[in-house]
Amino acid sequence: MLLNMGPHHPSTHGVLRLLLELDGEEIVTLMPDVGFLHTGIEKSIEDKSYEKGVPLTDRMDYLTPLSNNMVFSMAIEKMVELEVPERAQTIRVILLELMRIASHMVWLGTQAMDMGAMSMFLYCFREREKILHILEMCSGQRMMTSYIRPGGVWRDIPEGFHEAVNEFIDYFPPKIDDYERLLVKNPIWMDRTQGVGIIEPDLGLAYGVTGPSLRGSGVNWDIRKAMPYSGYETYDFNVPLGEHGDVYDRFMVRLRELRESLKIVKQGIDRLDKHGPFRSSNRKFVPPPRSALGHSMEAVIHHFKLWTQGYDVPDEEVFTAIESPRGEISCYLHGTGENRPRRVHFKTPSFMHIAAMPMFSEGYMLADLIGIIGSVDIVLGDCDR
Amino acid sequence: MDPVAALKERFGEDILYVKEFRGEITVVTKSELIVDVMMYLRNTPGLTYNFLSDISSVDYYPNAYGDEYDGTEEYDYRPERFALAYHVYSMLYNRRLRVKTFMMEEDPVAPTLVGVWPAANWLEREIADLMGIRFDGHPDPRRLMMPEDWDGHPLRRDYPLGKERVQFSFNMQEIQNHKPFADE
Repeated sequence: MLLNMGPHHPSTHGVLRLLLELDGEEIVTLMPDVGFLHTGIEKSIEDKSYEKGVPLTDRMDYLTPLSNNMVFSMAIEKMVELEVPERAQTIRVILLELMRIASHMVWLGTQAMDMGAMSMFLYCFREREKILHILEMCSGQRMMTSYIRPGGVWRDIPEGFHEAVNEFIDYFPPKIDDYERLLVKNPIWMDRTQGVGIIEPDLGLAYGVTGPSLRGSGVNWDIRKAMPYSGYETYDFNVPLGEHGDVYDRFMVRLRELRESLKIVKQGIDRLDKHGPFRSSNRKFVPPPRSALGHSMEAVIHHFKLWTQGYDVPDEEVFTAIESPRGEISCYLHGTGENRPRRVHFKTPSFMHIAAMPMFSEGYMLADLIGIIGSVDIVLGDCDR
Repeated sequence: MDPVAALKERFGEDILYVKEFRGEITVVTKSELIVDVMMYLRNTPGLTYNFLSDISSVDYYPNAYGDEYDGTEEYDYRPERFALAYHVYSMLYNRRLRVKTFMMEEDPVAPTLVGVWPAANWLEREIADLMGIRFDGHPDPRRLMMPEDWDGHPLRRDYPLGKERVQFSFNMQEIQNHKPFADE
């Protein structure tokens, strides 16, 4: 039997169409169909100066916009050799890890709801709200923050940032205990997730699966450890690994990542000073502080040049990759020697995971597919760009 | 093992150009050889580039041909219009490498990498769809992002940025007038 699942089936997490060929309830072939959300972000960035591309990257992976900002900003910084002050890097790490928790909250809530645990969805969104509130304090926006910019962050952390983050650090661990009590030993949960959607490590690598989905199969590869960026090498945290590579292991890896991320946030907030540089002082690439515009002609000139013309980057190419909550997100940036990029390409984890989906869902039952889709944590905005 | 020296020893003249920028090595080779080069990079002990991170395409539209091509050394190594950039990663040695190939403007074609890494399947389909580079031997050469009947390849530099007005009218004729690609 041929079955169309999606594009608006609630468990496809967006607009994903899965074309299924079924034998009884067993999946014989699976064909993902994407492109419903394709917005041409890469093409649009080619029409803009570099700084103005940052708000567009927010719209790709809308559950962790800061990771997209980060990988794009890192590419530009590498291109023009822009130094980022240490304090800005610490702010970035804190917010990236908070964003990872927020993204995992959506994953946990939606996966649990797909499998029938409705209350998890409400709990997880309650926790996510706290993080979005911290982001709103920083940038005035809850989701599309564009907070990480080339050279640092958009503006300084606000009054009360330390208190809000510390409050969250105290608030969150008991909640993780709750989730574990609800799900980890839950017999229904274990029955429906163990031995389902197995990704063999070699096949996972060959198909380009990354992030927690790959670590669930026991491959110890985390870009934060392997190629540290933004000072991740100075933080003490572990990389949780699974053994069997099934849905349950991927679930456990992400659940344990919550605590590790919280550890990083705690270390970051402890070393973050209340005042200091939050972005590079190189005025050729980073606009001057707003307060300087009143009394410095130089500042006015730089401000005007940066926001009208932008800056030139060499006719060369760079490649940066970071560990987003979903896996390796990479940016390939090719300049023209002028103020617009020739080509910006983002390889996004959801794209690879959806492409690999036939590999780890064929041969299972249709009901298992619901858990499998949730377990690789796909975001269709991330896939289609 | 140094990847550049190993590649030069194995492929000799076919490694056309090697460049280092910001610590990233780019190796330029012929597009027909890409499967051999990738197999060599993946299987040789000491290199073991076992993970395909990304395949991206570049369109050098005005600079490759035409008035702006000034014949300087800078442009010598990219005489064609299209380029493919393959990014491979070695988990064992924790390093990346970029391999680039160039293709002609008329009927750009490259051999497919699906036999080496299945991950290349969708990456190549995306490039074929949006940049119009054909992949020889690809098992599933359909469009990925755009509709099947879409005309042209939107990521090419000579493809205009489409702009569409927000629809405030219910008059279908009026809406169609402002949608340049809608009724093709």
